[in-house]
Amino acid sequence: MAAGKKPRLAVWKFSSCDGCQLSLLDCEDELLAVAEAVEIGFFLEATRAQVAGPYDISLVEGSISTPRDIKRIQKVRRQSRVLITIGACATSGGIQALRNLSDVDAFVNMVYAHPEFISTLATSTPISDHVKVDFELRGCPIDKYQLLEVLNAALNGRKPDIPAHSQCIECKLSGTVCVMVAQGIPCLGPVTQAGCGNICPGCERGCYGCFGPKEAPNPAALSGRLLELGMDLRQTRHFYRSFNTNAGAFRDESARLESIDG
Amino acid sequence: MVSPVGAFAAPVITDAAGLGVLVAALGVDGRRVIGPVCRDGAVVYEPVTKLSDLPLGVIDEQDAGVYRLKKTGDSRYFAHAVGPQSWKRYLFPPRQSLWSARRRGKGFEIVKDTPAPAPEYVFLGVRACELAAINIHDRVFDNGDFADPGYLARRGRALIVAVNCTRAGGSCFCASMNCGPRAEQGYDLALTEIVGDGGLRILIETGSERGAAIMAGFEAPLADKSDLAAARDAVRIAEEGMGRKMSQGARKALGKSLDDPRWDEIAMRCLSCANCTLVCPTCFCTSTKDLTSLDGKTAERQRVWDSCFTLDFSYIHGGSIRRGTAARYRQWITHKLVHWHEQFGMSGCTGCGRCITWCPVGIDITQEARVITESFVKGG
Repeated sequence: MAAGKKPRLAVWKFSSCDGCQLSLLDCEDELLAVAEAVEIGFFLEATRAQVAGPYDISLVEGSISTPRDIKRIQKVRRQSRVLITIGACATSGGIQALRNLSDVDAFVNMVYAHPEFISTLATSTPISDHVKVDFELRGCPIDKYQLLEVLNAALNGRKPDIPAHSQCIECKLSGTVCVMVAQGIPCLGPVTQAGCGNICPGCERGCYGCFGPKEAPNPAALSGRLLELGMDLRQTRHFYRSFNTNAGAFRDESARLESIDG
Repeated sequence: MVSPVGAFAAPVITDAAGLGVLVAALGVDGRRVIGPVCRDGAVVYEPVTKLSDLPLGVIDEQDAGVYRLKKTGDSRYFAHAVGPQSWKRYLFPPRQSLWSARRRGKGFEIVKDTPAPAPEYVFLGVRACELAAINIHDRVFDNGDFADPGYLARRGRALIVAVNCTRAGGSCFCASMNCGPRAEQGYDLALTEIVGDGGLRILIETGSERGAAIMAGFEAPLADKSDLAAARDAVRIAEEGMGRKMSQGARKALGKSLDDPRWDEIAMRCLSCANCTLVCPTCFCTSTKDLTSLDGKTAERQRVWDSCFTLDFSYIHGGSIRRGTAARYRQWITHKLVHWHEQFGMSGCTGCGRCITWCPVGIDITQEARVITESFVKGG
């Protein structure tokens, strides 16, 4: 980034619900500071004004689920110095990656009056399956403080402070009592990456795994415990199949459970 | 530093109402009383202002990976064993700001803030294993080579009201670590609850001049020999009710069993979630984080609790040293039970049992130590 010139930011949407982009607008108190620090070149959720690329930082939301997406992400990559993917869709394929386990043509025929107009891929996949990604920010949706931290780090040329460790660490740091040990509530926290701000365990619910697998997780050991807590094989399998169904460790564990269940 | 019993003030005997008076007296002169309260299905250490804040008649059923609170008709306020938190939370908080800086030209300057005075805590209900843990941290944070001013300031001002355990938890093994269940030293006041025909009576022993100053304004009859005997008997019940025990040869065996196949077997079960290290009252590992303002004009360095169970923790140039969970678990348990002795001249484990109870999959340090010790003894 040239000195004295604001870095140009772009926000791109692929297959997604827009919730992660909204996290940027949701920054409220910090939004003016962000607008001060960057030139918003392309952010349709916020403004119709468009500045042509290249862009210093691109935030990419959404998964690749159509043939058009595949072409468009290549174009975005070519125009972006730093490409950061945001949210479960962009980093793992999102909840729409449940299609990867089924016959997408059957869905298309069932849902649309004119299936012949639908051009879709058989799978929903993360951006990193298609282009080089500089940083992946997890979550469904992402946490706005983590988003600010990633932008902040990119602007200041430092490593973002986004730990890849378990949700349990976040619970313990904030003094939240473990819902699994103290109440027997099934929880994905021990295999899930921290970062949400402790939303579910903080109100006595188990973690849903919105931030995807933590570094080097051991879901098989956790599944054993979930079964002991009273979940059956089907429920345990489905526990992993939500927003991050296609994230490696979750996908493999749910497949393993399915193979046991027969 | 050990003073003979009664050197500061003779033990007195009181009842629940007297305990209420004591709780109120502890909280004057700007002191902040932190004690056991029930929250979200556990006994946690949080502010206490009155007797009714304490968990009257509450017991905890603890086993590997399981903790359940039960309300009983018990007249004791401290019938529970230790919960998920320890006093580490207050003496060595999870997040601390170390320093901040302002950009100046191409460099930066450290902002010299006058640190806020350390809060004057009263820790109410400190168990013998927790006194041992605080003693360990005293050594870790002031060991001749290194002294942590923040810790020492908080520690120096803290008043400790110990409670002798009269009921052991299912994961407790302090007796086999020689750390309890009776508080022998290191307290300002020590309470023992005695349940008899006449209801709850509480023995109050004084262990320091600060404790004596609190007791100066407290009216209660002196404890007689039968009270002292009844208190001893009550603590003996806890000693005999320990749910677990550490193998005596563990220190030697673990240090010489670095290639035991058990480590890989544990790794199959271990989640590497780090719960054991975060509930441990003696684990003190941290990472530092450098944060900046968005405009890059100011920066701050923070110290945050970390764990030897994360990949990042052992990350140096070229990658993480302990990539596998087996290596990480082995590092943790051998540091705790073996190398801590070499580093600090004491064990790093006090037998509180938290790592057993709060492990989501119930991995039991006493069981793992026993299996490896037995295999070492057989093999050796």
